[in-house]
Amino acid sequence: MKEYNINHLRELEAESIFVIREVAAQFENPVMLFSGGKDSIVMFHLARKAFAPAKVPFALMHIDTGHNFPETIQFRDELMEETGTRLIVRYVQESIDQGKVVEETGFDASRNKLQTVTLLDGIEDLQVDCAMGGGRRDEEKARAKERFFSHRDEFGQWDPKNQRPELWNLFNGKKHMGEHFRVFPISNWTEMDVWQYIYLENIKIPNIYFSHERDVFVRNGNLLSVSDFIPMRDTEKVEKRIVRFRTIGDATCTGAVESEANSLEDIIEEVAASRTTERGTRHDDKRSEAAMEDRKKEGYF
Amino acid sequence: MSDKTSGYLDMELLRFTTAGSVDDGKSTLIGRLLYDSKAIFEDQMEAIEISSQKRGDEEVDLALLTDGLRAEREQGITIDVAYRYFATPKRKFIIADTPGHIQYTRNMVTGASTANAALILVDSRNGVIEQTLRHSYIANLLQIPHIIVCINKMDLVDYSEETYNKIKEDYKKVAEKLNIKDVRFIPISAKFGDNVVDASENMDWYKGETLLNLLETIEIVDDRNHQDARFPVQYVIRPQSDEYHDYRGYAGRVASGIFRPGDKVKVLPSGLETTVKSIDTFDGELDMAFPPQSVTLNLTDDIDVSRGDMIVSAENSPKVEQEIEAMICWMNERAMMPRGKYTIKHTSNEARCMVRDVKFKVNVNTLEEVTEDKQVALNDIACITFKSAKPLFVDSYKENRITGSFIMIDEGTNETVAAGMIL
Repeated sequence: MKEYNINHLRELEAESIFVIREVAAQFENPVMLFSGGKDSIVMFHLARKAFAPAKVPFALMHIDTGHNFPETIQFRDELMEETGTRLIVRYVQESIDQGKVVEETGFDASRNKLQTVTLLDGIEDLQVDCAMGGGRRDEEKARAKERFFSHRDEFGQWDPKNQRPELWNLFNGKKHMGEHFRVFPISNWTEMDVWQYIYLENIKIPNIYFSHERDVFVRNGNLLSVSDFIPMRDTEKVEKRIVRFRTIGDATCTGAVESEANSLEDIIEEVAASRTTERGTRHDDKRSEAAMEDRKKEGYF
Repeated sequence: MSDKTSGYLDMELLRFTTAGSVDDGKSTLIGRLLYDSKAIFEDQMEAIEISSQKRGDEEVDLALLTDGLRAEREQGITIDVAYRYFATPKRKFIIADTPGHIQYTRNMVTGASTANAALILVDSRNGVIEQTLRHSYIANLLQIPHIIVCINKMDLVDYSEETYNKIKEDYKKVAEKLNIKDVRFIPISAKFGDNVVDASENMDWYKGETLLNLLETIEIVDDRNHQDARFPVQYVIRPQSDEYHDYRGYAGRVASGIFRPGDKVKVLPSGLETTVKSIDTFDGELDMAFPPQSVTLNLTDDIDVSRGDMIVSAENSPKVEQEIEAMICWMNERAMMPRGKYTIKHTSNEARCMVRDVKFKVNVNTLEEVTEDKQVALNDIACITFKSAKPLFVDSYKENRITGSFIMIDEGTNETVAAGMIL
């Protein structure tokens, strides 16, 4: 490498830190959404870098569907304690109890979509003016059209056809009362970048990203984890398989992949050789071609 | 760790934008780059195969990979800038895929603002046309350092060397007129993959590089300004802890130039001089900082510095001005108000401004300066002067893409209404 040159991971890091600092400077009450998945872990790591030696000047917010992998919640709590970060948790169960949403029924029921209501309520109650999320443009085609600074109207909605132009690194976070922003600091990262960065920085991640034995069953080609919140059909059989998770979302719609990868090096090689996208394991995107676009318009992450 | 894994850590990042008119095959070219470099996955391919079948297409339409919104797929057009990613062992690429249709000039300006290189597509059957001129003008206005002219659909002109040469000569005249410095030409067929990733068997007369090869090797480090030290202060870091009781760090991203501990610097607007005490990061102190790094500067003297200020070399300062002349691209449906007041965002600084005068508009199809009609409306490019309510610390856009650029914001709607490049 030449003098005055940095590799692509350091350039992405510098860009993300810039974006996160912009949020702290432009908004009064921002939060960072945190799911315990690798993208939000990397985003939080970048936030710590952005403000060192001071603490991260905003709270993290977790929208808890109640359908978690226990390993993720344990990991989350340990990380918060270790870094002295304030965590806000909002529960989808509360939205259900309040009658604001009706739980889906049937075998493929998921609370994934219901999270939107809980999230928007949380934003309104706590007067959050900006919620940072770990969404990446390479994840899904509707996300490829997303801005770093994404404006939401007073209903929390995204209007993809009428987005503010975003030029250079000049981010316009101006808004009227009641509106808010979603900001995506790692927009330009790919799945591979995230894994390489976790390796480069030696960032801790939940152990379910690594290979382990698990009780699973096959549904629509996905390997779903056996748990109390996923009713199984009579035809579906529990099997023990050696698996890991490529993404961690709501347990009802996140599939595992068969894998022997038990180190970051192994995972990186697996990702490099993979012929499907990580969202291929996400049941929620397969509902229709514009599933993500529709959810995002309503105010989803 | 294997070579494959460790090699990935030494990759550079290249951002490029694509411009072409509606039928030049731009989406197909991007689809081809992604497909041949194996950045398209099976589930994505399956999804577009199904969509193509639904629409009754005979072949898989690679354009569906980039047209992400429902309305785009329905109408078969690209509405908004989409960002696409792929990597080879040498570089990671970010593509800003911008629509070519005239009413979306603002999108091309957006995509061009961060690009290291621009691909300009020319349909070999049509040659250099008005739209080619327009795209080239915008690429040059935004100072994209490298222009790659892809002469596409060579399969439809029998892979004719003569046709290629004619278009090349025609384009060179355009480049000369616009004063574009670095232009390369490649004859391709995006549909069949000739000279995109693999060298064409149909055009053995072409001895140059393939498109991907060129994208992997174009020198980009020296495109950044390493001369004029500029550090817009983004955020002041003051840990409220006993350990760092008196710590005040100025967080920001190096816009240009090199900063080292001990360097004499000046803080604008106060003009007070001090030295860089240290360059701090989460991972420890650095012995230098250069663009595009995000760091925290610690200064020797305790002087008042806040967001919007700029730390610059003591010997070499930007201009401190309130009367500014700039080229702007208007991006909003509501036309610019004569003598209107807007908010300017320039680096981390913000100021109200009033438009003084429209000197001329540019007819992007003929490149003529228009002085009769001074209404600046959506997609217009114009030269204006404005007065800001407080001094801005500016360089010309030609010398510095960061301290020379700004956006204008409508104070009523909060929308970003214009992109500006300081002259």
